[in-house]
Amino acid sequence: MFDNLTDRLSGAFDGIFKRGILTEDAVNQAMREVRVALLEADVSLPIAKDFVEKVKAEAIGEKVLKSVKPGEQVVKIVNDALVETLGSTNEGLNIAHTPPVAILMVGLQGSGKTTSSAKLGKFLTEKERKKVLMVSLDTQRPAAQEQLQLLGQQINVDTLEIIKGQSPVDIAKRGMDSGKKEGYDVVILDTAGRLSIDKELMSEVEAVRNLTKPRETLLVADAMTGQDAVTTADNFNSQIGVTGIILTRIDGDARGGAALSMKAVTGCPVKFMGTGEKTDALELFHPERIADRILGMGDVVSLVEKAAETIEQADAEKMAKKFQKGKFDLEDFASQLKQMRKMGGFSSIMSLMPGMGKLKSAIEDANIDDTVIKQQEAILSSMTKKERSEPRILNASRRKRIASGSGTSVQDVNRLLKQFQQMQTMMKKMRKMGGKGLMQSISGMLGGGGGQELEAMAAKMGMDIPAGLSDNSDSPLGANPFDDNGGLPSNNAANNPMGANPFAGDSMLGMGGMPELENGRPMKMNKRKKAQAKRRKGKN
Amino acid sequence: MIGFFKKKNKKPEEVEEIVETVEEVQEVQEVSQPETGWFSRLTKGLSKTSNKLTENIGAVLTKKKLDADTLEELEEALIVADMGPETAMKLTVALSKERFGKDITDEEVREFLADEIEKVLEPVMQTLVLEKQENGPCVVLMAGVNGAGKTTTIGKMAHYYSSQGKKVMLAAGDTFRAAAVEQLKVWGERSNCPVISKDTGADAGALAYEAYAEAKKQNMDILFIDTAGRLQNRTELMAELEKVVRVIKKQDETAPHATLLVLDATTGQNAHSQVDIFSRAANVSGLVMTKLDGSAKGGVIVSLAEKFKTPIYAIGIGEKIDDLRSFEAKAFARSLMGLSE
Ligand SMILES: Nc1nc2c(ncn2[C@@H]2O[C@H](COP(=O)(O)OP(=O)(O)O)[C@@H](O)[C@H]2O)c(=O)[nH]1
Ligand SMILES: [Mg+2]
Repeated sequence: MFDNLTDRLSGAFDGIFKRGILTEDAVNQAMREVRVALLEADVSLPIAKDFVEKVKAEAIGEKVLKSVKPGEQVVKIVNDALVETLGSTNEGLNIAHTPPVAILMVGLQGSGKTTSSAKLGKFLTEKERKKVLMVSLDTQRPAAQEQLQLLGQQINVDTLEIIKGQSPVDIAKRGMDSGKKEGYDVVILDTAGRLSIDKELMSEVEAVRNLTKPRETLLVADAMTGQDAVTTADNFNSQIGVTGIILTRIDGDARGGAALSMKAVTGCPVKFMGTGEKTDALELFHPERIADRILGMGDVVSLVEKAAETIEQADAEKMAKKFQKGKFDLEDFASQLKQMRKMGGFSSIMSLMPGMGKLKSAIEDANIDDTVIKQQEAILSSMTKKERSEPRILNASRRKRIASGSGTSVQDVNRLLKQFQQMQTMMKKMRKMGGKGLMQSISGMLGGGGGQELEAMAAKMGMDIPAGLSDNSDSPLGANPFDDNGGLPSNNAANNPMGANPFAGDSMLGMGGMPELENGRPMKMNKRKKAQAKRRKGKN
Repeated sequence: MIGFFKKKNKKPEEVEEIVETVEEVQEVQEVSQPETGWFSRLTKGLSKTSNKLTENIGAVLTKKKLDADTLEELEEALIVADMGPETAMKLTVALSKERFGKDITDEEVREFLADEIEKVLEPVMQTLVLEKQENGPCVVLMAGVNGAGKTTTIGKMAHYYSSQGKKVMLAAGDTFRAAAVEQLKVWGERSNCPVISKDTGADAGALAYEAYAEAKKQNMDILFIDTAGRLQNRTELMAELEKVVRVIKKQDETAPHATLLVLDATTGQNAHSQVDIFSRAANVSGLVMTKLDGSAKGGVIVSLAEKFKTPIYAIGIGEKIDDLRSFEAKAFARSLMGLSE
């Protein structure tokens, strides 16, 4: 199976993408992949089909930003549509009404109703300052009523006294009466799990609904639910009227496509997510999180988003041409820096890149931070336009002037110029290398292949590489490239491929259009790392 | 082998009940005669599944030629049963290889696919044999995610084996969830089996250890050990499960003699991750799929069988003590395709 949609789509787009625009053919092919990805994420078939049709219409004719790969562009479109369909974040509970207000919890067996009832009870008590009574109507499952009672004791929320032998409707009546008499704001009614095709039990819960007139009827559903999500959600909704969904076990590794199915088929918002077994593991719903999961990827999408926001199409195209011709002046350097800063600076870009965690900390260790970018921007803006487009004219006195104008030293200015020179050199070499991009090799190295790849590439490019970078030791970037004395050794651009060299950063992002990279495969996410990250997340 | 969970005749009112539900639920399908064998019960359990598939396939094949469109719709029908896009594609490709462009009837398509599915399921259809060991009880460990049906399945199995004359003991190894111990105790009463328990919060390994010692002392044939539900991506909880296994091995190195992973039929493709990770942590020897009486189709079993080849021992078709059946490849496959026995 494919790891994520980006991988999938990059395959789909091999050789199709041409004129900077998503053609119908390309989109059709991509949509097949999207559909399979959705199905693998357990989005129900009818919902997946509708969704794909909708997205397809949106995607055809869409301009592809020069800066991103067409596959990523489609992923972004899909992601946006997913988020939109999944609904907004802040769907609170609708319980402003004459107390006691009933909240009815319904769902299949084992979906997590009782735990969710307790979580909600705690949430309403502690966050909303409500006086809550919890009532278990589950006379089916052994010890279910005791379970809610015990949970109530744990979280200090009252539960209705258990009287054996009473029917669910009787218990509900007693619960609402107590609610009234004892001044409760909210009565949470936990019900027995039931199959949506179980006529008898469905009419039982209908009777409870008619009696208690809940302001909220929450369908509790497991994030692992498969194709059945539509059937179950539809049946519950049409028979008892659902007002919201609680998606449980989101701390698991299920892709959670059921959320999309249930939202789409009922029109009801997902209001909460259950994120763990503890009673405080309840969160308001975040559509972005589920969308990311369904697509099976990290923050690639938000990266694309940022790039889309910050880069102007025309700029990117212009720059791509310059690169091709080998013309790259300080003017371009300046605008690269600006874009980078707009995107949240270097470390923020790094953190968005899958598998880049290691390099990120390396960069932090090496003190390559955004202040460097700012300083460089200052230097560049103290130059005249002519100086920026013809760096050759920058003699000693001009450098002195620029240094004092930007509040830096001549050394700083020199360093920047040296770096600029290296970038030009590197660019030429990379162009000679053809399709294989620098970043691809670096990502290969991070994927566990060791440093050989990078070294081999460096050798090919006629550079040497600091040992630290290839052997993943503590300081992979070797000596601080901004060290006062050394500056960057000339002819050793690879010394600093990820550092303050904004060009390398850009090519990694596909930003600013290194054309050679554009048709390269996108960086594969480091699977092992991803799994580790997930596990770590799960622990919290 | 079929006799394993084979049902005695039902009480008359119960039969009536079934007929009623079947009638109400299955408006589309002819109501079958109130059979009392396990197949009718399974078919009842899977009735929604079969209906849906039958409908889809029926609609697909009004034009009798097997063309690309037909195949695509067929593939979709299989996906709707949770078989997953990959397996669905494989099955339709198999069909198209033999019959593409030829005239084919609805019945033939179903027969063909049922045969293909059966071929996949046949090797994993195995009987759960629980025999007392020379030096102590046969130990069965029940694992799975939260709410899958572990405790209920233990209750049903305890009932089955004790009614077969075995001496069965239960260990309330879910020391985490509130009232989980009480829940198993109720099943102990229902099945007439002693339950070893500790308070909630106790160490699950220690409980298992004591339960084994007690079962051995009381000369039990089978010891079922319940566990707390855990999501398979929670490494610390999986480590805890591994620890329970290690502790059990301290008294009998060959134990647990069966480690059953309970899967909920409602679960979609995540079942793959469950089988994968639980197998690695706890050496799962077989699967039980519950809740096949619902609208979920449980087709993920087919792709699981293809990929992991883990034996499937039993299915759950209700919440009652006798709602457990042995897994039958042919019946499952045919029922999935809406075919009669
Ligand atoms: N309809 C139906 N419900 C089941 C089946 N097996 C278990 N359940 C129900 O699923 C819920 C969770 O079961 P439980 O045994 O407590 O799950 P555990 O958390 O894995 O121990 C309970 O309400 C059971 O009654 C089955 O085969 N069919
Ligand atoms: Mg349990």
